[in-house]
Amino acid sequence: MSHPIILGVGMHPWGKWGRPFVEYGVAAARAALRDAGIDWTDVQFLVGADTIRNGYPGFVAGATFAQALGWTGARIASCYAACASGAQALDIARARILAGLCDVALVVGADAAPKGFFKPVGGDRPDDPDWLRFRLLGATNPAYFALYARRRMALYGTTPEDFAAVKVKNARAGALNPNARYRKEVTAEEVLASPMVADPLRLMDICATSDGGAAVVLASESYARRLGVTRPVRVAAVSTVTPTFPNTVLELPAFATDSTAAVPPPERPFRAAVAHAAYEEAGLGPGDLSFAEVYDLSTALELDWVEDIGLCAPGEADRLLREGRTALGGRVPVNPSGGLASFGEAIPAQAIAQVCELTWQLRGAAGPRQVPGARVGLAVNQGLFGHGSAVIAVR
Amino acid sequence: MWFTIEGDRAWLLGARCPACGTVCFPPKAGPCPNPRCPAEALEETRLSRRGRVWSYTNSCYPPPEPFVAARPYTPVTLAAVELEEEGIVVLGQVKDLTVGELAVGMELELTHGALADGRPVWMWGKP
Ligand SMILES: [Zn+2]
Repeated sequence: MSHPIILGVGMHPWGKWGRPFVEYGVAAARAALRDAGIDWTDVQFLVGADTIRNGYPGFVAGATFAQALGWTGARIASCYAACASGAQALDIARARILAGLCDVALVVGADAAPKGFFKPVGGDRPDDPDWLRFRLLGATNPAYFALYARRRMALYGTTPEDFAAVKVKNARAGALNPNARYRKEVTAEEVLASPMVADPLRLMDICATSDGGAAVVLASESYARRLGVTRPVRVAAVSTVTPTFPNTVLELPAFATDSTAAVPPPERPFRAAVAHAAYEEAGLGPGDLSFAEVYDLSTALELDWVEDIGLCAPGEADRLLREGRTALGGRVPVNPSGGLASFGEAIPAQAIAQVCELTWQLRGAAGPRQVPGARVGLAVNQGLFGHGSAVIAVR
Repeated sequence: MWFTIEGDRAWLLGARCPACGTVCFPPKAGPCPNPRCPAEALEETRLSRRGRVWSYTNSCYPPPEPFVAARPYTPVTLAAVELEEEGIVVLGQVKDLTVGELAVGMELELTHGALADGRPVWMWGKP
């Protein structure tokens, strides 16, 4: 399989800007087009990653961004896969390019997030598990993150100090990233003194919700050649797999796991399977990674991901962290962008933002947070309701 | 909803596949969630009343709507409890226990209680 080329990337900085999401998406798209050296009128296919919190324009993001950029008659698609929406949008663009149906595509995601805890979409919806988990249990997103964190402490002896060290590491990287929302270093003492939200997780262990936008211009090999692009960054894999029955992790927003009464658990739990499918597609393994962007919805979850993507055996991520091997300057930096800890989550934009970071790192254009000699980068993420998301980019 | 009370005992109501034995909670009509099982319909079943804590947490701040928070608010405790026979982990509020009194692996038993607006719900409690 040939690998589509990342011709350009762009972002609107993350923050709480109070503007419509369309503005962030358009700013990111125009930055990506400039980076690619092409015009919007050259784009044959636009894929929008939807946001469900901004009314109808959010549900038809492809059309919304196309109209805002100016109708050109381009083909469009819109897709939603919760936090994995960006990877799905990229996969849709990739498939159309690999099928020979287009040469150049633009992928855009943007969100304007409400304040505070994520809450379900309004109205009485007793058939919607996302509504019911709030109604019956008051089970917020941080509550699920906290269940994983407590489980990790019980299984592996991870401590709140380890969790705090993840935040310290990511804040240090984020301070070097002009697109990050939080650009201040923090101390472990500050993390450990922040208010408890869902025991054992404190405010500074949990990622915020943010406004932001990100975009990628993806092209076929022949299109890139015509533009005279040399040594481009390529998309070597996109994994959008579901869990395999029985999924034994209590996934957000579920009330229960699948049952293992009839079928034993799969060889790889869901998160590990998401990464594995990407490795298989790229013909690469964890040992090939120069760095990784993982979905640190909480500090504790970053440690789980480090194991799930195969950088070490289960239970050993704490040691990698303590030895500095996942920090900038370490053997395989994790979240050199600063991660969600420094960005906060802008749902449909987040997986695309991860791809922007992969691209900058692989081009050697990441400035003070550059991973020296980066050749292979992995970005992983997981969306509600069983959406896997992993992208491997190479140069 | 999804549970039943007889005397002082509460049971979670799930669904069991008559062909392969897979259990689901919340209950559903069918088909069987096991992708390699051809069963079209599931049967209602009562789940084990006791299990071991897989993990636990609390909500230190009042959860947002549609949850109805008590005033004054005291943190809601949550536990995910592993039921050995069914091979599933079920989430529920915890009655009369704080996070400081819970531990992974500890045995809990199903009970029930009322939300702040009076709506009954299943809860995990001391055996
Ligand atoms: Zn069955």
